[in-house]
Amino acid sequence: MADVAFRGATRRFGGRPAVERLDLEVADGELLVLLGPSGCGKTTALRMVAGLEEPDEGEILIGGRVVNDVEPKDRDVAMVFQSYALYPHLNVEHNIEFPLRRRGVDAQRRRQTVREVAASLGLQELLARKPRELSGGQRQRVALARAIVRQPRAFLMDEPLSNLDAALRLQTRADIVALQTRLGTTTLYVTHDQVEAMTMGHRIAVLDHGVLQQVGPPHALYDRPANLFVAKFLGSPGMNALPATLEGTTAHAARVARVARVDGGHVPLGDDGAAAAGQAASLVVGVRPEHLALSPSGTLEAKVLLVELLGADVHVLCQLGDQTKLVVRQDASAPRPAIGDGVRIVVASGSVHVFTGGSGARLGGPG
Amino acid sequence: MRPDSSSSFGERGSGRRPEHPGRRPGRRPGRRRWRLAARYTLLTIGALVVLAPLYLTVVSSLLPPSALAERPPPLFPLDPQWHDYAVAWSQGDLGVYLRNSAIQTAIIVCGQLVTSVLAGYAFAFLRFPFKRALFVVFLATLMIPFEVTLVTNTQTISELGWYNTFAGLTVPFLATGVGTFLLRQAFLQIPRDLQEAATLDGYGRLRFLLRIALPLARPALAALGVFSFLAAWNQYLWPLVVTGSGNGVRTVQIGLKLLQGTEVSRTDVALAGTVIAVLPLLVLLVVFQKQLVRSLTAGAVK
Repeated sequence: MADVAFRGATRRFGGRPAVERLDLEVADGELLVLLGPSGCGKTTALRMVAGLEEPDEGEILIGGRVVNDVEPKDRDVAMVFQSYALYPHLNVEHNIEFPLRRRGVDAQRRRQTVREVAASLGLQELLARKPRELSGGQRQRVALARAIVRQPRAFLMDEPLSNLDAALRLQTRADIVALQTRLGTTTLYVTHDQVEAMTMGHRIAVLDHGVLQQVGPPHALYDRPANLFVAKFLGSPGMNALPATLEGTTAHAARVARVARVDGGHVPLGDDGAAAAGQAASLVVGVRPEHLALSPSGTLEAKVLLVELLGADVHVLCQLGDQTKLVVRQDASAPRPAIGDGVRIVVASGSVHVFTGGSGARLGGPG
Repeated sequence: MRPDSSSSFGERGSGRRPEHPGRRPGRRPGRRRWRLAARYTLLTIGALVVLAPLYLTVVSSLLPPSALAERPPPLFPLDPQWHDYAVAWSQGDLGVYLRNSAIQTAIIVCGQLVTSVLAGYAFAFLRFPFKRALFVVFLATLMIPFEVTLVTNTQTISELGWYNTFAGLTVPFLATGVGTFLLRQAFLQIPRDLQEAATLDGYGRLRFLLRIALPLARPALAALGVFSFLAAWNQYLWPLVVTGSGNGVRTVQIGLKLLQGTEVSRTDVALAGTVIAVLPLLVLLVVFQKQLVRSLTAGAVK
């Protein structure tokens, strides 16, 4: 086992950077999730650790050693591919055994190791089957088995759950976390699914356009997003972003009034938020859907566009003024508005995040 | 566009019964049976056209010389003359010719498989300068008929002193554009993830080729093997040009021609020789039929 680090790692494709000056450390035994939308560079970052992509600049370190010039096979990392990449002509046993054959492990020992790993993943009944005779979940487990059988220094997982159906994904998510905890192997886990990231990662690193946006424990990213991108990307649905102007003509007045004017009304800024807001030329305020509620005493006036029942929760999509839309999350037991209704929305005090209008960087807010 | 299905919503109540969606009008079970019958009739005719010469050859090889002259010739040998085969075998030295053909064909098939696998792998997996241009050149060789290079090749072979040797018979055919193309396509079907997984598992290029790529390209390999076997076995012009009498590397196709010119200048014996020469091909076709069909329809259905 080993720690993994990126030091100013840059990878360009046709001049366009896929990953740009990435500085990131993954501690020994940690499960770090690389999170971001398609094309954000998370898979490229992972492939640089595997040695399947060479960084154009910067360094990749595994166990404190720069591995830029080390062949993939000598890096001692195991990768789980999105497609599982099982060898179609080999049965499950030989698929799992495959990495061991090149390591000079004798046949007796190989067979024993394969059986142990297969048993730990509930694959012992399937050893004689070919990959095409397996279900998606079973293939996924074979891919995991092949990764853990050689006890690598780090696991690299590239969206391993994205080909599974929802129920199986939930189960396998828990299995992978349990496995990683048991083995204590450093793991880099790539996903675009923020729920996966929130539930699995010890820490999450959010990437956008090849640039690291923020890294930290899931709750820290959720509660104190470093910028609007992280705020909107984490959470389901993400944070509402409302372009805002300050009430009052001067920074001092704003601090006194402690409210920001948005389409359809105003939102209260906390002490911290008001102080921060006073510094910026243009503002965006962010509020999570769970911190909004429909109430006749609300400070925002809105029209209901859509009401989505999700079982325990209801998401109410509202329009403020001409431009701005926001989502309110409410309990399913609360009275539900109809589409087209005019409603008022109350913002929980101390829940408003403040971002600059331009770069989207966080200025202040709760937490 | 069929208005009856696309606008059936608007025509509700207009007295027209809406058509069953997805079902073509006028398609009835009786019609389907008729189509099936027509299809099988066509296939039967095709099969007859293809098989008739083969059948006539076998039948004629078994007829006595007198019956061969009859018009029309009998379609079934009532008194099969098996000894014609013995005559053809012994008088025509078919044993030697068959052995020569077998050696020549084995060398060509093996050579083509090895060169096509290596070149196909390079074109599919490696990155090197002028890869596209080189591949186009490879493909361009498909457009050049063998006859065009015949004179040059003959000169080269004779300057190398390879006249009347297996080297002369086989070396010009050891590499093939078709085979390279076929295997490149087969290798391109292998997902990149598989190659990368093998790389991380510690398998270099050669090991990946042997352990992963070749087993997965087996249908293409088998097809190439069968095709190059057929082509090599049936060669006539080239063996005729680069072999002579004497030292004896002549192949069976030349042997058949010679059979007609010897004292056993009898059509029935010549036909018996032909049947003997065709037998290895028939065995091959029966054994590899599945691979052959699969390769011909490869890519047709996912």
